[in-house]
Amino acid sequence: MDKTILSGNEAFARGAFEAGVKVASAYPGTPSTEILENIAHHYPSIDSSWAPNEKVSLEVAIGACFGGARALCTMKHVGVNVAADPLFTLSYTGVRGGLVLIVADDPELHSSQNEQDSRHYARFAKVPMFEPSDSEEARAFTRLAFEASEQFDTPVMVRSTTRISHSKSIVYPQAPVENLPAPSLVRDPAKLVMLPGNARKRHYFVEERLANMAEWSCSQSFNRIEEGRGDVGVITAGVAYQYAKEVLPEAHVLKLGLVHPLPKQLIREFAARCKTLYVIEELDPFIEEQVRAMGIEVHGKDLLSVCGELTPGRVAAGLFKQEIPEGFTPTETLPQRPPNMCPGCPHRGVFYELNRLKAYVTGDIGCYTLGFMPPLSAMDTCVCMGASIGNATGISKVLPPEEQKKVVAVIGDSTFLHTGINGLIDMVYNGSTATLIILDNSTTGMTGRQDHPGTGYSLKGDPSYQVDLEGLCRSVGVKHVYTIDPYGLEETRELIKREMERPEVSVIITRRACMLHKRDLIQRKPPLFVDADKCTACKACLKLGCPAIKWNPTAGTKGQAEIDKLICVGCEVCMQVCKFGAFGVCDEK
Amino acid sequence: MKNKVQNILLVGVGGQGILLASEILSEVLMLGGYDVKKAEVHGMAQRGGSVVSHVRYGEKVYSPIIPEGEADILFGFELLESYRYLPLLKKDGQVVASDLQIVPPGVALGKENYPEDIPDKIRAAFPRSRIVNAMALAQQAGNMRTVNTVLLGALSNMMEISAEAWNQAMHNRVPAKFLDENLKAFALGRQA
Ligand SMILES: Cc1ncc(C[n+]2csc(CCOP(=O)(O)OP(=O)(O)O)c2C)c(N)n1
Ligand code: SF4
Ligand code: SF4
Repeated sequence: MDKTILSGNEAFARGAFEAGVKVASAYPGTPSTEILENIAHHYPSIDSSWAPNEKVSLEVAIGACFGGARALCTMKHVGVNVAADPLFTLSYTGVRGGLVLIVADDPELHSSQNEQDSRHYARFAKVPMFEPSDSEEARAFTRLAFEASEQFDTPVMVRSTTRISHSKSIVYPQAPVENLPAPSLVRDPAKLVMLPGNARKRHYFVEERLANMAEWSCSQSFNRIEEGRGDVGVITAGVAYQYAKEVLPEAHVLKLGLVHPLPKQLIREFAARCKTLYVIEELDPFIEEQVRAMGIEVHGKDLLSVCGELTPGRVAAGLFKQEIPEGFTPTETLPQRPPNMCPGCPHRGVFYELNRLKAYVTGDIGCYTLGFMPPLSAMDTCVCMGASIGNATGISKVLPPEEQKKVVAVIGDSTFLHTGINGLIDMVYNGSTATLIILDNSTTGMTGRQDHPGTGYSLKGDPSYQVDLEGLCRSVGVKHVYTIDPYGLEETRELIKREMERPEVSVIITRRACMLHKRDLIQRKPPLFVDADKCTACKACLKLGCPAIKWNPTAGTKGQAEIDKLICVGCEVCMQVCKFGAFGVCDEK
Repeated sequence: MKNKVQNILLVGVGGQGILLASEILSEVLMLGGYDVKKAEVHGMAQRGGSVVSHVRYGEKVYSPIIPEGEADILFGFELLESYRYLPLLKKDGQVVASDLQIVPPGVALGKENYPEDIPDKIRAAFPRSRIVNAMALAQQAGNMRTVNTVLLGALSNMMEISAEAWNQAMHNRVPAKFLDENLKAFALGRQA
């Protein structure tokens, strides 16, 4: 096949296809999301699906692998926290068909709540981990990972990072494998039923497997030495390899394709010929500490930061103690351009009202987390997916009754079905008094608008059963469940206010589709305009933070609000905020 | 021949179509026979935030992101963003930028000021730069939506890529019914 240019995520999908994967399951999460989207789009022979959360997605993949098929599971780094339980015991059972878990880390937190380093999970769960350094390796290593999975009877992790997943480079696709064994039912309790008696034996197997793989990997081409000149050596992996080549073009390089277990013998041989040895790796000193524990002197995080991603400039600055070069620098401080909710976003009005009601908002993760930003400024906590509900319950427990009333949890529809529902069960079971708002925009907005069990469509776009959120809440015992259109500000405020007063759990579902919804649930309406004769320069509408509303300081005598007609979608929320009736609807042309 | 890598940094605002433009650019470069890498960040940045895409090409490219201070060309879709990323440009680098201004939230709220005279400041620091009135040219081509194609046309003057390769990439990437206006927009940008 011809060469082509693919992103890391497109290449992972290609690799899975070439490896003969039958089942792929995932929950979206930046920067991993496009792997499954690509599979669904380009390789319809693979059964691909969105699971409600990462734990379920891994369990689905495990089932397929126990049935003898090759199975893929993908997630972002924090997804592994959710899927850790099955992962750790899967390490003991091993596999029938190959199982590969692709995990995408996000050094620099481009779009994440923390910067955890997934390599520790590979070590912790005692499973091997590959780490590609460009798209071609993303393809090839995914294929290889399936072979290694079956050869060594182990799940295999593949680590990506934002710069691998979302960078494009040239790929040489190969023909898919053929003649994989047909799936079948096999009863093998000693391997698949992990009760103490069986698991105890499997633990010995796991330890032996790691030792075998460490030895095997010393002679595999994915761990390679690139001869340089002089006596400086670098051990590196992943995208950091590219930065090392950029900054130290002359050095000897030991490029690791498998970052766990490490090829100790190969490392010893390599270290023996270098006077100065660097480990260049992103985030934690994972390789460095193991190399040092072997008694080898090495530099790494004494020179490079544990925090943030590496760049060629940062590597050079660390190694050579030189400044990061900067050209022309503007003299004035420049206005920042943080992300904002879209014009017409259904979440905006809810946060506007929560701010006015002075609620204490335990938040969660999604587009709505932007409700934290000024001028909405209506989110007080945000920990992890699903946390808003438990956090609200806990904080209410310690407050006097008057303060308890202020506590409101907000959560998106996808997040609610991910891990929020458990928190709601606890709320009812243990008599919490907090109020929960489910922001139902009928999609997983933050990660690029994926379907989920509450939207009524599958990953492949086929109609599916749509979870009845109201019914679900009632079924766990919530007596007060209300649904409202968040475009109606007054009704929304009155409802939230009333339910905050209630010394019992209540759920408010604010229902209106995301402005960018894919199935066109949205009818854009004609844009609004501000009547210059009526605008009194009170700036009340600016408190909405709609990107379409601008302050023109030179209009009128005291300045005036203006609407950018190109981006206004006519949601009419601002119209309700203006006391002077200054907003009008433009004539449709 | 020394392995010379050329670096183009695309900057602008989420929603402007920068990722698609960098897609076309990297396709052209691959058709031109180069090793190509491009890097960008999806996610948060889409929601009206500042967006950056790195495109690198040469005989052999390692890092997908451009080493700091080594961008040869800064390709800007919005004026303030072009200005913001000037520190990443080489001393003798050049800027091809749209004169379009999109006000950030602080400015929209009247709390911050949009910097003045950016085009002059850019030209003073990087004399070989071009600031293009891309919107007007797009209108002339018959569709405002061809504005990024106009900018690609302007950029193409600064690169050693044959007109045929550009033509080919446009044919590959642009749906047939929009092709004519886009070819026109490209030509207008190239003359600008
Ligand atoms: C464990 C975990 N998995 C995935 C993600 C990535 N992620 C962030 S928010 C989100 C869901 C957002 O959807 P929803 O709750 O419906 O809110 P919306 O963005 O649509 O407003 C996802 C999948 C994450 N942060 N943590
Ligand atoms: S993508 Fe949808 S949910 Fe996210 S900010 Fe935009 S309108 Fe709101
Ligand atoms: S109607 Fe008002 S709030 Fe809605 S998008 Fe337009 S300017 Fe923004």
